[in-house]
Amino acid sequence: MIAIIDYGAGNLFSVKNALNALGQDSVFTKDPEEIRAADKLILPGVGAFPDAMDKLTACGLIPVIREQAEQKPLLGICLGMQMLFEQSEEFGETAGLGLIPGRVVPIETSYKIPHMGWNELVIPRESKLLYGIKPGEFVYFVHSFAAKTPMEYVSAYCEYGTVIPALVEKENVYGAQFHPEKSGRAGLTILKNFCSL
Amino acid sequence: MLAKRIIPCLDVKDGRVVKGINFVGIKDVGDPVECAKLYDEQGADEIVFLDITATHEGRGTMVEVVRKTAKEVFVPLTVGGGISTTEDMKNLLRAGADKVSVNSSAVRNPDLIAQGAKLFGSQCIVVAVDAKRVDGAFHVVVNGGRIDTGLDAIQWAQKVQELGAGEILLTSMDADGTKNGFDLELLNAVTGVVSIPVIASGGCGKLTHFSEVFLKTGADAALAASLFHYRELTVGQVKEHLREKGIVAR
Repeated sequence: MIAIIDYGAGNLFSVKNALNALGQDSVFTKDPEEIRAADKLILPGVGAFPDAMDKLTACGLIPVIREQAEQKPLLGICLGMQMLFEQSEEFGETAGLGLIPGRVVPIETSYKIPHMGWNELVIPRESKLLYGIKPGEFVYFVHSFAAKTPMEYVSAYCEYGTVIPALVEKENVYGAQFHPEKSGRAGLTILKNFCSL
Repeated sequence: MLAKRIIPCLDVKDGRVVKGINFVGIKDVGDPVECAKLYDEQGADEIVFLDITATHEGRGTMVEVVRKTAKEVFVPLTVGGGISTTEDMKNLLRAGADKVSVNSSAVRNPDLIAQGAKLFGSQCIVVAVDAKRVDGAFHVVVNGGRIDTGLDAIQWAQKVQELGAGEILLTSMDADGTKNGFDLELLNAVTGVVSIPVIASGGCGKLTHFSEVFLKTGADAALAASLFHYRELTVGQVKEHLREKGIVAR
C-alpha cells in the first residue's frame, strides 16, 4: 500500500490514476497511523512552497514524514520534491523538510519561465528509479523554481540554459521535479520502479 | 532543450467525438477516451478536448469524459469550450484536466484569467485567441470567426499574459481550413511580444508545415485536428519529420 500524503495541496488524482493503471494500491491520507502503516510514501504538490509547508505543518505531518523517511521509500513530486530540501527562496525564505541537502531557487535562464513541457533526461549515474529509462528520454515539467543541490544527490537532470535537477535521491528519499504521472510511458516506468523498491 | 509539442485536438459534443474521425483499429471512434488513448500511443505530447456542447447536461457529461480519460491517458490534457466561470474550471481540473482553455468568456470578462491563475496557477490557464486580418491589423474574433470584437489581437495577447495566462492557443481564422500552412506572420507578431508559450493552430495541411512553423516562428507547439482525424498523418510521422529537420521532438 502506498500512502499519497493528502495535506490539501496539489493534484492528487493524477498520481492515483497512474498508480491504479500500474495495479498498485494507494490511499490518500493525512493520518499519521496510516502513513506509518504504508509500505511507501508519495508527497505530491502543486502551488507555492510556503503555503504547502504551512499546510503540512498544520496537519502535524512534518515529524511523521521525517521519521518515516528513514524507514521506507518516499517520493516527492514537483513541489513535493522541492519540499524535501532544506530551504526555499519562493516568496521569502521558508524551511523545507531538510531530508536532502540543498535549497530551492528561481530558475535562472534566458529561456521562457516557467520551464513547461517535455525535456530530455541526462543520466549521470545509475538509479533504481531509472531502470528501463534511456538517456535522452523526455519527461514533462511545469515549474519556475529548481533545486540547487550537490551533484552527488542528482541522478538525472535536464538542460534549459542551466542545469535543472530532475531526479534527486538520498538513501530512501527520492524526488522528481517532473511529473511522472503525466510523462507518458517513461513516467509510468519510473513510478513502477518506485513501486518495486 | 524543451521539445516542440504536437497536440491533436478533438471536438467533443455531448460526450462523443464529432467530426469525421477515421481511425482504424479502435472499436468506438466516437469515444473520446479511445481516441485520446490512440493519440497518446502515437506520441502526442498533449491532448486537447474542445467541448462544443451547447446544453447544460452536455457540460456535465464533459466532466465525466475528462474523469474517464484521465484514468487511462498519462500526458497532459487540456479542455476548452464553454468555460465561463472559475467553478467550471475547478470542476474540470478536479476531474483530471491539467489545463483549461478560455476564449470568448475571457474576452467578455478578462478578470476570469486573473481569477483562474490565482486559484489554480498560471500553468493551468490557457487563453485561446482567434485572430483575423482586418484592415491591415489582426482582430480578435469570437463565435467561430463570426463576430469581430474590434480588439487588437497582438495587444490582447500581451494583456492575457499580464493577467496571468500560462499559455496562448493562437488560431488564425484566415488560415484555418485552408491547408496552406500555419499563419507565420500572425505567429511571429504574437511570439515577438509575449514570453509565455504559444501554440500554433489553423492552416496545417502537410508534414512540412509543422517544421516550417517551428523553424520560422517562435511557436512552442502546434495543434491540428482533421489532419490527424482523417489519418492523413500520424503524430509519429510528424515527430519523425521534425527530428529529420533538426527540431527537438519527443
